[in-house]
Amino acid sequence: METNITVDTKGMACPMPIVKAKKALDGLQSGQIMEVLSTDKGSVNDFQAWVKQTKHELIKHEEENGVYKFYVRKI
Amino acid sequence: MTTALVGMTAQELTSIVLNKEELFILDVRNDSDFNDWKIEGESVTSVNIPYFDLLEGVDEALGSIPEGKKVLVVCAKEGSSKFVGEQLVEAGLNEVYYLEGGMKSWSEHLEPVKIGDLKDGGSIYQFVRIGKGCLSYMIVSNGEAAIVDTLRMSDVYEKFAAEHQLQIKYTIDTHLHADHISGGRKLADKVGATYWLPPKDADEVVFQYDKLEEGQVLTVGSTKLNIQAVYSPGHTIGSTSLIVDDQYFLTGDILFIESIGRPDLAGKAEDWVGDLRNTLYNRYKELSDDLIVLPAHFGKITELGEGGKVSARLGDLYYSNPGLNMHDEAEFRRAVTGNLPQQPNAYQEIRQTNMGKITPSDEEQREMEIGPNRCAIHDK
Repeated sequence: METNITVDTKGMACPMPIVKAKKALDGLQSGQIMEVLSTDKGSVNDFQAWVKQTKHELIKHEEENGVYKFYVRKI
Repeated sequence: MTTALVGMTAQELTSIVLNKEELFILDVRNDSDFNDWKIEGESVTSVNIPYFDLLEGVDEALGSIPEGKKVLVVCAKEGSSKFVGEQLVEAGLNEVYYLEGGMKSWSEHLEPVKIGDLKDGGSIYQFVRIGKGCLSYMIVSNGEAAIVDTLRMSDVYEKFAAEHQLQIKYTIDTHLHADHISGGRKLADKVGATYWLPPKDADEVVFQYDKLEEGQVLTVGSTKLNIQAVYSPGHTIGSTSLIVDDQYFLTGDILFIESIGRPDLAGKAEDWVGDLRNTLYNRYKELSDDLIVLPAHFGKITELGEGGKVSARLGDLYYSNPGLNMHDEAEFRRAVTGNLPQQPNAYQEIRQTNMGKITPSDEEQREMEIGPNRCAIHDK
C-alpha cells in the first residue's frame, strides 16, 4: 500500500503510539495515508477506538511477527 | 493535600475500597475495556474518558471531576494515567493520583483476610483477589499450611508462609479452573508440597498430581486438622468441595454467596446441569446448616463483608441465594444453560495451561487473565 508517512512507535508504551500518530496525522492532507507500527498489544483496541472517534478511516490493521501495523486515511 | 501527581499502589487502593473511603476514578482506557471490567467499590464513583480524547487538553475531564474529591487516574498499565494525571495537576487540581501498574496490578493484588480460628489454635485466611473476584485460602495449623485454589501470584503465599514460619504441605485445586491460571502446581514444586486435583478434571493433564477424591482426609499440623473432600460435580465434572475443621465449607465454583457456578466452561453444560442440581439441592443439603461457606469467587463488590471477608452460613444461603431457590427443575435448567454471561477472557487457553498442555510466558499469562472472572450464572 502506498503510504505518505510511517510512524514507528515500536517499543513505546501507551500513550506514546497514539500521541505520535496524532501529531503525524495533523500534518497530513486530507486523503493521505499514514502507517503506524507498534509493538504494544494494548494499543490495538485503543487505536481502533481512537480512529473511530476522530472519524478518520482505518483502512486495515494487521500483525506481523509481533508488530502491529495500522493504516489510516485522513478524512 | 498534594499538589504533585502521586502514585497509588493496588494495596492502597484496596484499603480505600475496603474502608469505603470516597474516591473518584477517572478511567482513561478505551470504552470497551472500561465497560468490560472496571474498579468497583461502594464509595467509588468512576467516569470513563479515553486518554486519546484528552490529547489536546483535559478540559473535558475537569468538567466531570467533582470538586474537593480525591482523584485516581487509571489505565491499563500506567503510562496514560500518568500522562493525564500530570495535566490535571498542571490545571491546578489537588490530590491527584495514578494507579501504579494500572489495571494489571489491580488484577494481581491479593489481600489476605483472616476468616477465623480453628479448634486446635490454627487459622484460616482468605486471599482476596479484589480486582478479579478470585478467592483462595490458606489453612494454617502448627507450623504447616495447605493452600486451596492457589492463584498465579504464588509468591504472595510463599511470602506469607515465610512471615508466619509455615511449611506449605499441600496445594489443592477444587477443580480445573477456567478463569484464572492456577499457581498450585508451580508452588508445590517450588516448596516441596504435594499438588492435589480431582482426577475427573484431570483426564488430559500432562503432569503428576495427587488425586483429590470423595472421603479423602488431609491433615495439617500435628493435631490433625481435617480437610475432608466432598465430591460435588456441576461446574466441572470433578469439582470437589472441602470441609475444613468441621466448620468451614470451601465450595470452589459450585456455590457462591449470591449466585451459583455455571456448568458450561468445558463445553458440557447440558451434561453437567443434572450434576449441578444434585450437588446444590441434595448433596449440600445433607450437610450442616452451620457450615461457613467460603467460595472461590465473588461476583459483586457488595459481597465483600467486614474487612473484605466473603463468607456466609450455608443455612442462610438456602434462603438468600437465588441459585438455591429455583424449585422447578426446568426453570433451574434454563437458568444455568441459557442466557449465560460471556465466558471469561481466554478461558480455553487458561484450561489448557492448567492442564500443562501449553506453557505461555509470564506476560502472556497476565494478558490471558485480564477481565472479571465470570464463573457464576448471574455475572454480567
